[in-house]
Amino acid sequence: MSCSRMEHKILGYVDGRLKESERLEVEKHLAACAACRLRVNEFRAVSGLLDELPMIEPSPAFDVRVRARVAAEPLKQIWWAWFPAPRAAFAAAILALATVWVATHSANNPPQIAQEDIPVLENYDLLSNFEPLTELPAPVQEDDGGQQSQQQM
Amino acid sequence: MLDVKAGDEQSFTLLLHRYRTPLVNFLYRMVRNREQAEDLAQEVFLRVYRAREDYVPSAKFTTWLFRIATNLALNSMRDTRYQRMEISLDAPVTVDAEEGEEKTLDIAEKHPNIEQHLVEETRKKMIRHAIEKLPEKQRAAVLLHKYQELDYGEISKILQCSESALKSLLFRAYEALRVELAPLVAQQGK
Repeated sequence: MSCSRMEHKILGYVDGRLKESERLEVEKHLAACAACRLRVNEFRAVSGLLDELPMIEPSPAFDVRVRARVAAEPLKQIWWAWFPAPRAAFAAAILALATVWVATHSANNPPQIAQEDIPVLENYDLLSNFEPLTELPAPVQEDDGGQQSQQQM
Repeated sequence: MLDVKAGDEQSFTLLLHRYRTPLVNFLYRMVRNREQAEDLAQEVFLRVYRAREDYVPSAKFTTWLFRIATNLALNSMRDTRYQRMEISLDAPVTVDAEEGEEKTLDIAEKHPNIEQHLVEETRKKMIRHAIEKLPEKQRAAVLLHKYQELDYGEISKILQCSESALKSLLFRAYEALRVELAPLVAQQGK
């Protein structure tokens, strides 16, 4: 191993994070290289110095502040949150279903014809050209009939 | 975190208790201001809470957490860099110039061996300043490696670089610390 390759291994060696094979390779190099041995010792010293810095504790109000900020977060808006209440949503759904049902059924069912009109309609062509019928006077409306009977009296 | 995602408020409390001290310490060592570090740590927890529903456990939770913290710290340091320069030029010279740090003299007065205490404090101050002098990314790498004991894979994901680049970054950082702390390193070697 060269000294430049040691750059990538030296910290791992100091911290004991190298694999067994890598550690053996580094130690083999260190046995032959005084400069790298010195560097390892100095890096160990730096690492020891960094350990001297004490930890600080968060202030007692830290948790309270985090909770206050979390509590102040707006609730996530979801699309169905726009509906005012479940009852209104249910009523709207029923109304929509009813509208669809009425529209579907009115399109499929044509206007109904009374049973007694059916024979007349079946013979419509024959009756429309039936001469004796054309000679008959025009049909008299009920109101007119009433007026005529009053005049006769 | 998956329990927090499922709406378990107690799990969020557990996360808060478990990670508040490492987070505040990491951020304090990054920004060198206790109040600012706590504000940033609160922001980290808030972002975790906001992102709980979209959280996908593709990486370790600590990796995700410290990635948020590192990005917030780096942004905050960039935002306050010019502000700090103005303050340091205008501020009067005091015994304890570091913001948020305990007043050394008050403690020293109560200490039985003042001289020894002052030596220790000077030593700690030198170490803090040596870390502070590191470029931002090197500083983050050292703090995550040394104090959070994260492995190279995690740190490289947090800093968004390759493992090889991270090893070079750490080597350069330790070299700079070795030079900056040379008097103390020599003492350690004895």
